[in-house]
Amino acid sequence: MNGAEVVLKALERENVSVVFGHPGGAIMPIYDALYDSPIKHVLVRHEQAGAHAADAYYRASGTVGVCFATSGPGATNLVTGLATAQMDSSAIVAITGNVPTGLIGTDGFQEADVYGITGPVTKHNYLVKDINDLPRVIKEAFHIASTGRPGPVLIDIPKDVQLEEFTGSFDVEIDLPGYKPTVTGHGGQIKRAAEAIRSAKKPIMMVGGGAQVASQQVMDFAEKTGVPIITTLMGIGAYPAGAPQALGMPGMHGTVTANRAITHCDLIIGAGLRFDDRVTGNISRFAPKATVVHIDIDPAEISKLVHAHVPVVGDLRDVLPRLGAELETLKTDDWWETLNDWKGKYPERYKTDKPLVSQEVIQMLEQATGGDCIVTTEVGQHQMFAARLFPTSKPRTWITSGGLGTMGFGLPAAIGAAFARPGEQVICVAGDGSVQMNIQELATIYKHQLPIIIAICNNGMLGMVRQWQEMFHAQRYSEVYLADSNPDFAKLAEAYGIDGYNIFDRDTAKTLIPEVLERGKPAVMNFVVYEAEKVFPMIPTGAGVDQMILGDQEHEEDIAAVLEEAPA
Amino acid sequence: MTEQKHVMSVTVRDKPGVLVRIASLFARRGFNIESLSVAKSEIPGISHTTFVVTGEERTIEQVEKQLQKLIDVLTVIDHSEAKYVDRELMMLKVSVSSSEARNELRQIAQDFRARIVDVHRDALIFEVTGDEGKMDAFVEQMRPFGILEVIRTGRIALTRSAADPKVGRINTAKAA
Repeated sequence: MNGAEVVLKALERENVSVVFGHPGGAIMPIYDALYDSPIKHVLVRHEQAGAHAADAYYRASGTVGVCFATSGPGATNLVTGLATAQMDSSAIVAITGNVPTGLIGTDGFQEADVYGITGPVTKHNYLVKDINDLPRVIKEAFHIASTGRPGPVLIDIPKDVQLEEFTGSFDVEIDLPGYKPTVTGHGGQIKRAAEAIRSAKKPIMMVGGGAQVASQQVMDFAEKTGVPIITTLMGIGAYPAGAPQALGMPGMHGTVTANRAITHCDLIIGAGLRFDDRVTGNISRFAPKATVVHIDIDPAEISKLVHAHVPVVGDLRDVLPRLGAELETLKTDDWWETLNDWKGKYPERYKTDKPLVSQEVIQMLEQATGGDCIVTTEVGQHQMFAARLFPTSKPRTWITSGGLGTMGFGLPAAIGAAFARPGEQVICVAGDGSVQMNIQELATIYKHQLPIIIAICNNGMLGMVRQWQEMFHAQRYSEVYLADSNPDFAKLAEAYGIDGYNIFDRDTAKTLIPEVLERGKPAVMNFVVYEAEKVFPMIPTGAGVDQMILGDQEHEEDIAAVLEEAPA
Repeated sequence: MTEQKHVMSVTVRDKPGVLVRIASLFARRGFNIESLSVAKSEIPGISHTTFVVTGEERTIEQVEKQLQKLIDVLTVIDHSEAKYVDRELMMLKVSVSSSEARNELRQIAQDFRARIVDVHRDALIFEVTGDEGKMDAFVEQMRPFGILEVIRTGRIALTRSAADPKVGRINTAKAA
């Protein structure tokens, strides 16, 4: 058995059933071994897409995603995917080939210092120089990737190591004395948290991506305590968006109710979130009256940005039930009255007196599916519209690049999700800018006939950048215009053998969406939408969550005031 | 924001790449590494590193936690929070222009408990150990004679306590 065969055998032992990858010179022995392996390989057309697909595979299933790439350019193409997974705590194991050991460091053909390059964007990485280390390293990689705070792990294997004869054993123990994630929350801290929560009059709970594994526990806790729930962009699906206790998304493009609740609350239970700057806005204006109870499995997130008065390090699946057991229903009737008043006053709204707008397209998709599907998104305005108008209600069904904000994520992510959950409808909400960043993966979708609908909100612009240029750069629209050189997306889809539709008006959109869903085939739906639509509410950079711009005519004065206050 | 000096002991598994990871964590958060020493510990496979870093006070706790997250890092101790003993080793080559100078140098060396480790007709090499202040003072004393070369190991530090530094001193208390 050679090293390459060891790799595949070890992957089988980790119950890997599908790998996303692209072959090349330095990883050819592994691809040769793959020829005889029961593991299914999905040939992507760009390594970055392989990493994103593996990432989404984990997010949709909870099972570690795996991707392969060759040395040098293959491996460097993975970097964006690894960074995306690192920022959003997604468990992937990436395996790269490298030049033979003797050539490492000599600027060999297709050589790059992949171990050095990927260190900062992985939870851990390995360069394997001894073939007999392979079983242990692979075992450790899956353990590290999937436990504690999940994250990407890369294993770089020189070609000669893949070809050597194996004399070691698969019966190996992981050897990680420096790695012991804290799963069980500290009893005293949980008691302190309960005390703080009991005395709160205006509590809120903020649920982040860490809660995707603890959706049931979040729902039980919410039911028992009656606490209002805010789900961050990464937390969507961990708590049902339509539930009466849901206040929506916080932050830069959050709902008025969620952001006001943050400003006025006297206690925040932060569960599996990291208080990202897009969530907090200007930190000094964030939740000024709140006692913060922060529950997270990563101690480094505690008091990193928002000071935690009561930190609890542990797994939400352990901490939330124990915390709930200490509590009764909270007396929050007055608080709920205020919140419901805001909810009623500021519903989701947009104007349809113009040509077709992205919001109504996204809402049509939501209505046609009843939210019973997996949504992936690209990055930009459509992502924010989708977060607000198309939030799914089950965990692991909302897949977006939150932390890194990677344009080009959504399309390959849809592929990963489709393999993770066969038979389920996947919808990729995209923009005409983002979708072109990994458009080559239409070939992968065609080949496997994946039931993915790519809904492009095509405003012929890099819409989010355009919005900022309109609002903060004196309408100097620098390099955001795409319409003059965008492809005909329907024809492009057809060139790949996929059904393509160009849709220009709301009536066609309304009739066509259910029809295309019904067909259960891959499709590209290119909705040509109003070019100057903006995402509101919005908190300008540097402003606080209490300084939202609402975007309505009647709030023009507020807008001017807020802009003046906000530092550049 | 106040910048402050921190002496940190980090025990790590003796594996390639560990130092790069630690150094990049410091660099990413704007910490300058003033000195660094790495050597074997009493346990095979485990190295003891001592970093002297300068950076923003509020960032240091975050750096400690991030260091603790590295898979091959075993313990992190910020000595600045506790009583500790630190030492540095320096070798200094100074020129000797006359026999008067040679006698004077020997006298100073005696005062500093510096050892002469190499004698040449027109130069001497001293070996000195001590804390940073002593090193700096010795260098100043030597300066008028004409320093040819100085090399310092950087600081190494140990906490003043009988408690086992491998456990319990990992600043988990701060997080909790």
